[in-house]
Amino acid sequence: MSAGVGVDLENLWIRFGDFVAVRDANVHIKGGDFFSFLGPSGCGKTTILRAVSGFLEPSEGNVLIGGNNMKGIGPNKRPTALIFQNLALFPLMKVWENITFSMEIKGASAGERRKRADELLEMIALPDQGDKLPSELSGGQRQRVAIARALCAEPDVLLLDEPLSALDLKLRQHMRTELREIQKRVGITFIYITHDQGEALTMSDDIAVMRAGVIDQIADGKTIYNDPATAFAASFVGENNVFRGKVAKVMGNEVMISTNRSGDLVSRVSTANQGKLNVGDDAMMFIRPEALALAPDGASGDHFVTATVTHEEFEGNVFNIFTEGDGGKEIKVSLPNLGQSFESHTGQPITLEYDSNNAVAVPAGELAAE
Amino acid sequence: MMSERIIRYSIWIYLGIFFAYLLGPLVIMSITAFNSPTFPRATPWECLTFEWFSALFQDQRILNGIKNSIIVGLGTVILSVSMGLAGALMLTQIWPKLRATYYTIIIAPILIPGVVLGISTLVFWDRINRMLGLGADSFLSNGLFLTIIGQSTFIASYCLLVLVARLQRYDLALTEAALDLGASHAQAFRKILLPFMRPAIASAAVLAFLASFENYNTTTFTFGEYPTLTIELAQKVRYGITPAISALAFIIVALTVFFALINESKIKRKEQVMEARKNATVAELSKGVKVPGFLSGNPAAIVLVLFCIGSVAVVGTATAYSPDQCIARVKEQKQIEAEERIKELRRKRDADNLKKFKGVFDPDEISPEEEEAPKQDNNSGFGGVFDPNALSGDDDAQDGSDASGGDESGNNSGFGGVFDPNNLNSD
Repeated sequence: MSAGVGVDLENLWIRFGDFVAVRDANVHIKGGDFFSFLGPSGCGKTTILRAVSGFLEPSEGNVLIGGNNMKGIGPNKRPTALIFQNLALFPLMKVWENITFSMEIKGASAGERRKRADELLEMIALPDQGDKLPSELSGGQRQRVAIARALCAEPDVLLLDEPLSALDLKLRQHMRTELREIQKRVGITFIYITHDQGEALTMSDDIAVMRAGVIDQIADGKTIYNDPATAFAASFVGENNVFRGKVAKVMGNEVMISTNRSGDLVSRVSTANQGKLNVGDDAMMFIRPEALALAPDGASGDHFVTATVTHEEFEGNVFNIFTEGDGGKEIKVSLPNLGQSFESHTGQPITLEYDSNNAVAVPAGELAAE
Repeated sequence: MMSERIIRYSIWIYLGIFFAYLLGPLVIMSITAFNSPTFPRATPWECLTFEWFSALFQDQRILNGIKNSIIVGLGTVILSVSMGLAGALMLTQIWPKLRATYYTIIIAPILIPGVVLGISTLVFWDRINRMLGLGADSFLSNGLFLTIIGQSTFIASYCLLVLVARLQRYDLALTEAALDLGASHAQAFRKILLPFMRPAIASAAVLAFLASFENYNTTTFTFGEYPTLTIELAQKVRYGITPAISALAFIIVALTVFFALINESKIKRKEQVMEARKNATVAELSKGVKVPGFLSGNPAAIVLVLFCIGSVAVVGTATAYSPDQCIARVKEQKQIEAEERIKELRRKRDADNLKKFKGVFDPDEISPEEEEAPKQDNNSGFGGVFDPNALSGDDDAQDGSDASGGDESGNNSGFGGVFDPNNLNSD
């Protein structure tokens, strides 16, 4: 795989009047990476993408592509290609004309264009569809045409603005693998915008988690899932149970948190916050539903939680138990379905157990909206 | 049951009245174009004639008017559509807070009377012309230029309305996508936006041409030495109209119907092609989709073909047909009728006279009466004031009196020859 062209954002600020859309973003994207910006809608991720593609001038700071400052360079002069959220296929052009639009601009002959279009159509597994109009294709096919059109321009960086959001679930999952494969094949840098953590986790080399214009954490998917830097990252990526409280004791890389409702619990401190949590600080502790297990009744200690079951549900691969939790939030426990029998506990108190390595403590902060 | 039938009948009656109101005048006018009397009338029908068409095409003023109208129309189309498009694009780009104000300003010319626009165009460009120190024959005071400029002031607003409607459905992301793929702004405009706008541009152009072609009140101030068709027609009507104007109207109606049919059949055709594409397989798409024949399932196309055949037949008949015989016969008949009427009148008068003067006077004595004679010359209420001969007669009389006065005293002054230089000499 070729090295590819990296993208750097240096102290990037973007303001619309008084509104700050992006606040001091510093990101280094390695060449040839599949990099995702993950965040809820309105967090400024699309704004960053538009700044990289050149449709928006940053208020402050720089965008560097391959080490070159892009200040004052228009979108048509940047080595980027953008795949729009609504795809923006040209409705009056046939598929092959759409795909080779970038060649038409450069004055390529029709024969040349047709040949290249056929190659690309082969690559996106839509051979012989070149003579259709975009309106005659299905959603997934249009998606692939948009990708082919962007790739035809031979960009160094491909920018994707939630391109899968309009597709149904099955297709979305299929396109994830396909996108990842295309990226590996062409070897260029992909920057992907999404609010779907599943997409970000499955496809990306690295992910930046964004909240209200601020980048909370940049790391690979595993790190973000297992070792979130902020309360927001912990609650936004994947499901998580939160326990609020104050730090009671610091023990190296672990802390004892006296929680509001479950007594003293022990937890690992997330890597990004090690040494930053002191006794008396407000803190939050997160335990994934799958990290909780049923413990024998009457067990107690700093890694046991007791709660009353409110309801249960069978999801196929897991069996979910919901108990009353802290501050209106319930605690969810997911037990893997290994063929064992589940007896109902609804209305009964149960004891839950976890490994302190699977719990993570961060300073108290804003949680992601449900 | 009963009331339902009444409703159904009244709807048909209403439709009949409605269409008679809309199309009746056109039908009557078209009929007059083929009738032989020199004043356009549909009844009584005398002779089928095509002479009004040849009269029309021999009328240099009408032909010149048509030519000027077409030149002005094309100029107006180009100017109005480009101004309208620019205005429409501006509307999408402008700062949102200013949008309503901008819209009001740019639409205002539609609300201003055409007469005002005509006068102001004339005055404005005249001032410019003078400021630049140009003469009365400069380009800026040229009738064609002024008419195009004057008409475009408000026709551009019509175009803008048509174009804005289409532009509102345009996805700005398409332009961005083109830019992102390396197109310059000009290329994005030409290759993406302009093709998208093409149907609206075509409608705007047709609208602009028709609005320009029929415009009178603005043009009447600006045409200068280039009268358009409407101006020529208006001037002609003042001297009385001939069926040649009906012939012109008929041609315009026929052309309108012709283009409407073409448009209709084209739209239908497009629908059929889209339908065929939808059902076509991939292989068919690349080789060319099979579409049904031009006439199948396309009533507008059928009517169009019939219409063309009809026109060819009419033109063919017109070249072969000569109404001379019929006209001669009608003339003869009219003459006979007229003579008959005269005879009738004379007989009546004789009978009357006989009744009135029976035994009192000899009827022959009354006609040579001297004092009654001048009244027969003139039946105007103004008693010969407007008689052109009255003026010259007076002149003659004066000349005569001057000549005779010289003989009498040589002086008609109130001062009785005091200032006559001849008097001094004699003293």
